Amino acid sequence: MADQMQLYEVFVRSRRGLDHKHVGSLHADDSAQALEYARDVYTRRGEGVSIWVVASRDITASQESDCESFYDPLDDKPYRHAAMYELPEGVDSL
Amino acid sequence: MDKANVSETEERTFQARIDAEEKIEPKDWMPEKYRRNLIRQISQHAHSEVIGEQPEGNWITRAPSLERKAILMAKVQDEAGHGLYLYAAAETLGVTREELIDRLHTGASKYASIFNYPSLTWADIGAIGWLVDSAAIVNQVSLQNTSYGPYARAMVRICKEESFHQRQGYNIMMTLMKGAKLQREMAQDALDRWWWPSLMMFGPHDGESAHSAQSMKWKIKRRSNDDLRQQFVDQAVQQAEAIGLVVPDPDLKWNDARGHYDFGAIDWQEFERVISGNGPCNRQRLAHHKNAHDEGAWVREAMAAHEAKQRSKARDVA
Repeated sequence: MADQMQLYEVFVRSRRGLDHKHVGSLHADDSAQALEYARDVYTRRGEGVSIWVVASRDITASQESDCESFYDPLDDKPYRHAAMYELPEGVDSL
Repeated sequence: MDKANVSETEERTFQARIDAEEKIEPKDWMPEKYRRNLIRQISQHAHSEVIGEQPEGNWITRAPSLERKAILMAKVQDEAGHGLYLYAAAETLGVTREELIDRLHTGASKYASIFNYPSLTWADIGAIGWLVDSAAIVNQVSLQNTSYGPYARAMVRICKEESFHQRQGYNIMMTLMKGAKLQREMAQDALDRWWWPSLMMFGPHDGESAHSAQSMKWKIKRRSNDDLRQQFVDQAVQQAEAIGLVVPDPDLKWNDARGHYDFGAIDWQEFERVISGNGPCNRQRLAHHKNAHDEGAWVREAMAAHEAKQRSKARDVA
């Protein structure tokens, strides 16, 4: 329905150089309004230098309950971790 | 204020930000040259990751055991992923993936010259992982502090994944060095061929490097070519000795006063020859990439057609 507000997810970059991080969500009529609301709701104490808002319905997410099948082929590969390879005596900078 | 004054003010703000060790983010104002310089460096980096899959991919079907094969596949898969992180970082600067690939194919954009050497034996897979990835890590660790935010963050992610690469390579060398005479000779031969090209990976000497001074001022680069190369040599010599390999450089000698190894002169003519397109495998590498790209066209088209169909279905339902 057009007259119902949409849910937006809010991401805040706390400092230059860092990723935007999810901080929560809010309702708004459009993205410009969501941005202003996000400023007022989530960054009242200088929590960030930049905000992203994304309509929640535009987010496609995997489910934790599907982990087993979703990540299945990735879990049995210990060789992807550096710790699997032993180093000889005296070598430490690898 | 007129236009010239505006951009002068912006340029001052920009440099002040860099001097204060703050990151530049995609929507910030930045000098056009900074943008172009970054696109050049990040895309060369991305192309290197992707072209680098070829010498290693060459040995996947011939790996000496199922475990080594699985490891090598995982490594090559990582390289493809690293290429993707980097292309995505370059795209935040307003260039498209298609343009970047096109520049690779026309030769306008380069990639690390070391991937123009052939991988002749299984030991080369060890040497590549150990030396080439170590050299890449030395460079990439310093780039974690580069001034452009998306590039810096891609570097953090890549470095985390990269340590397995050098260790698996070193492990191959170590295993060969514990083997029969022929195996030890194979490992030494691989080191002999890959050592000097690895040193060239850091680029020309500081005084000769075309882009270095400006890149350092903008903090795109954080440490000089020679500085990084020295760190690599110091580490690699110790690692070679620990498993009984001999670095193929008669001038290599520990210098107590400097606290570093002195090493012999690099053959810059060879570097020039290879980087300008006349190394042992340049044509093959590019032809293979073009071919794979062209042969994959039908997949991209089929995916676009599928997308269009799904969208029209969704419209019909609505």
